[in-house]
Amino acid sequence: MTGVEMDDLLRGLGRELKDLTGILHKIQAECGHISPQAIRRVAEHLNITENELYGVLTFYKAFRLRPRGKHLVTVCQGTSCHVRGGAGVFDEMKKELGVEPGGTTPDRMFSLETVNCLGCCAIGPTVVIDGTYHSRVSIEEVDSLVAECRKRK
Amino acid sequence: MLTHPSQIIAWKARILEERPAPKKTAVVSNGICGRASGSLGIIAALNRELDRRGLRDTVGLEVTGCHGFCELEPNIVILPEGIYYGRVKPEDIPSIIETTILKNKVIDRLVYADPKTGRRYALQKDIPFYRKQMRLLTEDNLRIDPDRIEDYILADGYQALAKALFDMTAEEVIREVDAAGLRGRGGAGFPTGKKWQFCRKEIADRRYIICNADEGNPGTYMDRSILVANPHSVIEGMIIGAYAIGAAEGYIYVRMEAPQAVRQVTIARDQARKCGLLGRSILGSEFHFDIQIVEGAGAFVCGEETSLMASIEGRRAVSRQRPPFPAQSGLWGQPTNINNVETWANVPLIVKRGAEWYSLIGTPKSKGTKIFSLVGKIRHGGQVEVPMGIKLREIIYDIGGGIKDGKKFKAVQTGGPAGGFLPAEFLDLAIDYDNLVQAGSTMGSGGMIVVDETTCMVDLARHYMHFTQEESCGKCVPCRVGTRQMHEILVRITRGEGEEEDLARLQELGESIMVASLCGLGQTAPNPVLSTLRHFREEYFEHIRHRKCAAGVCRELLSLPGQDSPRTGRKTNKGQHD
Repeated sequence: MTGVEMDDLLRGLGRELKDLTGILHKIQAECGHISPQAIRRVAEHLNITENELYGVLTFYKAFRLRPRGKHLVTVCQGTSCHVRGGAGVFDEMKKELGVEPGGTTPDRMFSLETVNCLGCCAIGPTVVIDGTYHSRVSIEEVDSLVAECRKRK
Repeated sequence: MLTHPSQIIAWKARILEERPAPKKTAVVSNGICGRASGSLGIIAALNRELDRRGLRDTVGLEVTGCHGFCELEPNIVILPEGIYYGRVKPEDIPSIIETTILKNKVIDRLVYADPKTGRRYALQKDIPFYRKQMRLLTEDNLRIDPDRIEDYILADGYQALAKALFDMTAEEVIREVDAAGLRGRGGAGFPTGKKWQFCRKEIADRRYIICNADEGNPGTYMDRSILVANPHSVIEGMIIGAYAIGAAEGYIYVRMEAPQAVRQVTIARDQARKCGLLGRSILGSEFHFDIQIVEGAGAFVCGEETSLMASIEGRRAVSRQRPPFPAQSGLWGQPTNINNVETWANVPLIVKRGAEWYSLIGTPKSKGTKIFSLVGKIRHGGQVEVPMGIKLREIIYDIGGGIKDGKKFKAVQTGGPAGGFLPAEFLDLAIDYDNLVQAGSTMGSGGMIVVDETTCMVDLARHYMHFTQEESCGKCVPCRVGTRQMHEILVRITRGEGEEEDLARLQELGESIMVASLCGLGQTAPNPVLSTLRHFREEYFEHIRHRKCAAGVCRELLSLPGQDSPRTGRKTNKGQHD
């Protein structure tokens, strides 16, 4: 996102502290992450220090400071998924992608994230790939889910 | 734009006139589980087939939120009969239209069969999963497309608001809610009417109300389902509450991990604004009230009220000491009343049908119904709405159909990371706020995670501690450091590196964290560990003394020489992972 685009995005948005998380959500939806440049501009927009903004930003799990890979794989770590075999699915996914949660594969194809509960607890273990929910995922299915994604490019 | 209370009933009549009920309607549940199980494909197939056969005008298609029986998603209910087909596939659609909708015949192979008795139930209302429920808040889900406010109006929506605004004073509304005996559904169970009264009597220029929809307990999802399936019920409850308390502004704080809930509640709020149900002079009265929707950002601690308010204000969501309570000094220092989604959804019901009727449901001290997320190793997982006072056994066996795959019940976890485990001896416990606390657990917001013999209780305690230590906001030391220490000990035990003194350490740490922590997160975080130590101590000993995990979950132990893996049934050797 260029500086001009960022200014356009910020123009319609509020300038009070309470608007901060909403603004960060919008920027991340556009850019995939919150860049140092974005932090600077948002801090100016709200008339707070970058330091203050960084403090809020890093408090929350939702915001990424680094760009993510092309595909986003989210594995649910909720208790229901856990007792239904989710831990095994999670380990298999880490092995399959070769990254730890929060990480991105060197070819920048996949980012792996975890979530504490997605709310489809009766049909877990649940894995979300690029916004599509996969329910009752088994360890054996993990490689085909990833392969399908690779095929899609 | 509605400018008079009588217009709501007139509007309902007009909708009925303009929208003649089709002879047959296929209802597809398109909630969170529905979508995850492929409901969008079912809807597409229905649309295709109805167009192909030219049935668009004669057969209705309704897309709604969750019907509760998540295990059998995606499902279709055929109205008016209420024929229920579960786990439907797109290729089933042509025969459903041909046979059931056009020829009025039931397709046997799609009908629900009780796995225990083999008996088939064609009608939704006869299925054991539904029969023992009391669906006061969720029964309309079947008839409401959450995109359309008209469907809520048809279900007598916003009539309670008209009654409150024009036939009752604010004090009368509070008295009604108090007399009904409604208690906070977020878990603490504080009497709602009393809470409203505290906020109302504070002298201030501005008061706020908040709907806490930051449903963060893992394994718990009824709040987001209410927001997806029937968002107007929550909005109506909030407007009534704002009138009673004297608030002009409200916030709904929704968990971002529930994007569908954010979407539906935003649509509903915008429709309510357009219709004059939010904003200035609601229904032509002198009462003004509006709602802002705030999306969370992935911090569990925001479910705690002081953190939630800090988050709305745009600050780091660290909790603070109480008093002052939010009713005295809340959002931006003003008196603030916070209730959970399900609490707000109960309000229109109480105003509409009266405290006398409402207070007949439940136990002497816990009134009304409660929605539970019945999940884990249960045969029929889903959302169940039951009257307070129902026995655990009825929920797990009669509604839930017992344990999955013929395994043995070990325990049920209630109250999420703040709650505890109830083993088999508690199956006949009547569920209400006080009984659950007495039994060493809590109601929490309504999670019920059933576990069986293949679940390791030490691993599960570790799972919860991992969660809370990660979600601790870090402000107070007992919670920040203590939960981490407990987690490290539990990791050691699950790896076969524990020692017997660890159990005393866990106990002492747990008890200290509970008394010394600043907010509810820390004060309750040790509960799952202390509860497993109480009920399943032998499993800890087994891990420590014999380096063994009978459930076959702790993999480091399975790889020790000479151990049987109950999961695979094969012997494992050291270093070789299962």
